Amino acid sequence: MSEPLVEARGLTKTFGDFTAVAGIDFEVQPGEAFGFLGPNGAGKSSTMRMIGTVSPVTSGHLTVLGLDPAADGPTIRARLGVVPQENNLDMELSVYENLLIYGRYFGLPRKEIDTRIKELLAFAQLEERAKDRVEPLSGGMKQRLLIARGLINTPDLLLLDEPTTGLDPQARHLLWDRLYRLKREGVTLIITTHYMDEAEQLCDRLVIMDKGAIVAEGSPRELIAAHSTREVLELRFPPGDEEDRAAERLQGIGSRIEVLPDRVLVYADDADEAEAQVRALGIMPEATVSRRSTLEDVFLHLTGRSLVD
Amino acid sequence: MAAPSLRVVEAGARVYRRTFRASIFSAFVNPALYLVAMGIGLGRLVDTSTSGPSLGLPYLAFLAPGLLAATAMQTGAGDASYPVMAGIKWRKSYQAILATPITVRDLIVGHLGWVTIRITLVTSIFAMFMVVFGATSAMQAAAAVPAAVLTGLVFAALVTGYTARLKDESGLANLFRFGIVPLFLFSGTFFPVEQLPALIRPIAYATPLWHGVSLARGLALPEVGFVANPAVSLAYLVGLAILGGYFAMRMFRKRLIL
Repeated sequence: MSEPLVEARGLTKTFGDFTAVAGIDFEVQPGEAFGFLGPNGAGKSSTMRMIGTVSPVTSGHLTVLGLDPAADGPTIRARLGVVPQENNLDMELSVYENLLIYGRYFGLPRKEIDTRIKELLAFAQLEERAKDRVEPLSGGMKQRLLIARGLINTPDLLLLDEPTTGLDPQARHLLWDRLYRLKREGVTLIITTHYMDEAEQLCDRLVIMDKGAIVAEGSPRELIAAHSTREVLELRFPPGDEEDRAAERLQGIGSRIEVLPDRVLVYADDADEAEAQVRALGIMPEATVSRRSTLEDVFLHLTGRSLVD
Repeated sequence: MAAPSLRVVEAGARVYRRTFRASIFSAFVNPALYLVAMGIGLGRLVDTSTSGPSLGLPYLAFLAPGLLAATAMQTGAGDASYPVMAGIKWRKSYQAILATPITVRDLIVGHLGWVTIRITLVTSIFAMFMVVFGATSAMQAAAAVPAAVLTGLVFAALVTGYTARLKDESGLANLFRFGIVPLFLFSGTFFPVEQLPALIRPIAYATPLWHGVSLARGLALPEVGFVANPAVSLAYLVGLAILGGYFAMRMFRKRLIL
């Protein structure tokens, strides 16, 4: 395997008494899409800011593109693309001017930027809006422009912090499609997200973070295989009804039972078979759903909590 | 160091090209209004008054260089307050800039560089009006501009650092209410500081605007001369500008590089 693009050993970030990142280890290989999955406050963004060299490492070891963030910040940032969680485009300027100014911050010659902007506008499907001001663009368009801006310097590594938070489903799918394309072109991506579907769609490999620590690592498929069953049977009972009692009687069906506030989850390799066993016991839930296990189930199993509160 | 900060200056100019219309109007209208109302209107009363001390020169001529320096102060403080708050907090454009190879030092140098260009523009327009209204000669008005620009830069640097410390914009209103406006009124702009009670005078002597006014007035009116030693004023203002620049860098690092 070639030299990793990012390597962290015991990486720690504290703010006063608060530990945001508690000694994590990970590596990102060239060409892969690497994800940090976890709920808000898990330490994903702090980790991302350290990789982006805009947040000093408290302790531990971190190299980005083989360089030391503390000593070589500008050199590293010249080869990074950053798509922030919050839109920080220049609202008064046009789509084109936003890209131009950003390219100039990298010291790129005007001609090179012009060529690059043409490609990026096509990529972001914003060609018709090039001369328009940014302010009235839709959320999805602004997000695509942010990604285009992050690519202006043809980075070796693109950092995306919660890239689809706040977008409607259609805009999210369009964005995923664009990111998938980048991935196929060989751009290395690091993505933070609290959406398990996003992590499953985009990440070759991911770490699950909780309270500043990494609780599991692997491909989405590996994580599900290691920490969950193939399928899940969801049982819904009338509110306040026999949920707890039913859960007790369900013991023994499948390999694990989780009682959530609104439903009971039965983890089994065959959900239909589990449902037959439930009904054989004379338990009659109001509704049942059988589905495949997701990363949400992995997170629930590892932390006892849901990803999105 | 120079090249990256120049890119910040360039970005400032590009944004300004889109937004200058609102500010250029006041840059032309304010000097005209002030010089007419205070210099000519009030000046006629002052110049014909027979009781009390006399300035020994037309009030318009006395006032204009003071207003020039005060305008520079207001432009510097203005450009370093709300726009800086927007860059840090409202629009987060500084966060976007610092994700590129631009460092905090480049950002501050570029920001202050761009504000200096803005102050030069605004004070040059003001100086033009001084000549038009006959407050001084073209050469002398031009000589006073650099002194005013330096004064504006001092405030731009100090206010940039101050703004970077603020949680929200209420501190900015206080800055103008308790800082910039009193300085505007009591730093020798409208009347010599010697008119103030002896107890308060030392405070006025310590303010950067008083030194800026003294320099601008001395250069615009050689026959009147400097009220403070010009070498001391120059050293004081240059020193404060450098100190302010470092203060701004420190506050930016504290606020943006977490």
